[in-house]
Amino acid sequence: MNNELFTLRVNGIDYEVSDSWLGESLLDVLRDRIGLMGSKGACTQGECGSCSVMVDDVLVCSCLVMGASAIDQNIITIEGVAPVGTPSDVQQAFVDAGAVQCGFCTPGLVMAVHDLLKRRGRPTETEIREELAGNVCRCTGYGRIVDAVERVSVQRRGNSQEESS
Amino acid sequence: MTVAVPTTLDEAVRLFAAEPSAMLLAGGTDAMVEINDGHRRPGGLVIALNRVSDLRTWRHDAERRTLTIGAGVTYSELMQEPIATLAPALADASRTVGSPQIRNAGTLGGNLGTCSPAGDGLPVLSALGAQVRIVSAAGERAASVDDVMVGVKRTSLKPGEMIAEIVLPVLDGWQGYAKVGVRNAMVIAIASACLVVDTDARQLSIALGSVGPTIVRCPEAERQLAAAVDWAALSVPSDALDEFVGLVSSASRPITDHRSTADYRRHAVGVLAKRLARRAFTAGERRS
Repeated sequence: MNNELFTLRVNGIDYEVSDSWLGESLLDVLRDRIGLMGSKGACTQGECGSCSVMVDDVLVCSCLVMGASAIDQNIITIEGVAPVGTPSDVQQAFVDAGAVQCGFCTPGLVMAVHDLLKRRGRPTETEIREELAGNVCRCTGYGRIVDAVERVSVQRRGNSQEESS
Repeated sequence: MTVAVPTTLDEAVRLFAAEPSAMLLAGGTDAMVEINDGHRRPGGLVIALNRVSDLRTWRHDAERRTLTIGAGVTYSELMQEPIATLAPALADASRTVGSPQIRNAGTLGGNLGTCSPAGDGLPVLSALGAQVRIVSAAGERAASVDDVMVGVKRTSLKPGEMIAEIVLPVLDGWQGYAKVGVRNAMVIAIASACLVVDTDARQLSIALGSVGPTIVRCPEAERQLAAAVDWAALSVPSDALDEFVGLVSSASRPITDHRSTADYRRHAVGVLAKRLARRAFTAGERRS
């Protein structure tokens, strides 16, 4: 048995990966083999969250997933969140709230916020801070990131009220 | 190098039997850090266990009062109901692990397989007297969790053996887990403790993490506090609590390393034990 050639399904597209070392992290495969540079690598030990992606609807650090083990799974990266030029509500709220400074942590944070708001429609500030504890930002001091999450939470509730009325 | 992604336990066991030197990969939160850092470079077979469905389930036997947790159940899952009510200390400990991303990936079986003295699930398993179901091509065996943990990152598992399930008693009585680190989230314990009270048996157990090569149990402190508790009122005299703290601290065998000093750990683990005992029992009231 040998699987030096394997296929990953990323953002709905099958990518054949043929030139990697099999022990490589999913993060390295995404960036260096497939060419999706949105997920960032900083700590490579699961502490910074800048490499966060969804694997089968579960938020994980792609640096802690062995790339070749993620076959037959549905991987969504920041590139798969929304088409270029039409940001998701979370991405737009980050811009509006001034939650983006250097931008390095932003892709991981956007992934984490989408996941957070899917699980908790109306998070308190404490919950937001706890849920985002795995995403380190060294610029913003987090205040504007929390603000961005609250904006989306309010906005989505408003939208769903309009729909129901 | 080859990566196998089995979906059944039989398949995983067969693969492991054929290549007992294979590396088992559970949630990856320990193993991938070592690989990324270049401290570990698997050359042969890697068996990824995160899609073995038999390992991802849990069951509650209400009659036998046991909770059986598959080795591949994640911390995120352990925090949810009804596990959080059946094994509150395990849910407590799971909440202190890393971040949502880490808790989504890290598993109870992986925690035990890595066998770090700082593993957050391990004091809980020890205090609950967990039984481990171990499988291999030769069959299966059960061992107490204290017998599985033999040293720093060393278990008594033999080549070809893997952790299938962990069986916990469902008890009546307070239980909880506490740890000390340099911050609230994303932190490896400098010292940790789990207290489990069994009100039916009028017994209690306390297990300590990060203060010895493996999880440390404190039989003397357990006996002393259990004898001092007023089991009808669930209260304990405060001088008995102080004695308990002394016995817990002296049972610990901490070292000084880059994370903390032995003295601080010995002190901190006593503080944690007192905090837990206070939550479990109303303290300060003397028996009249």
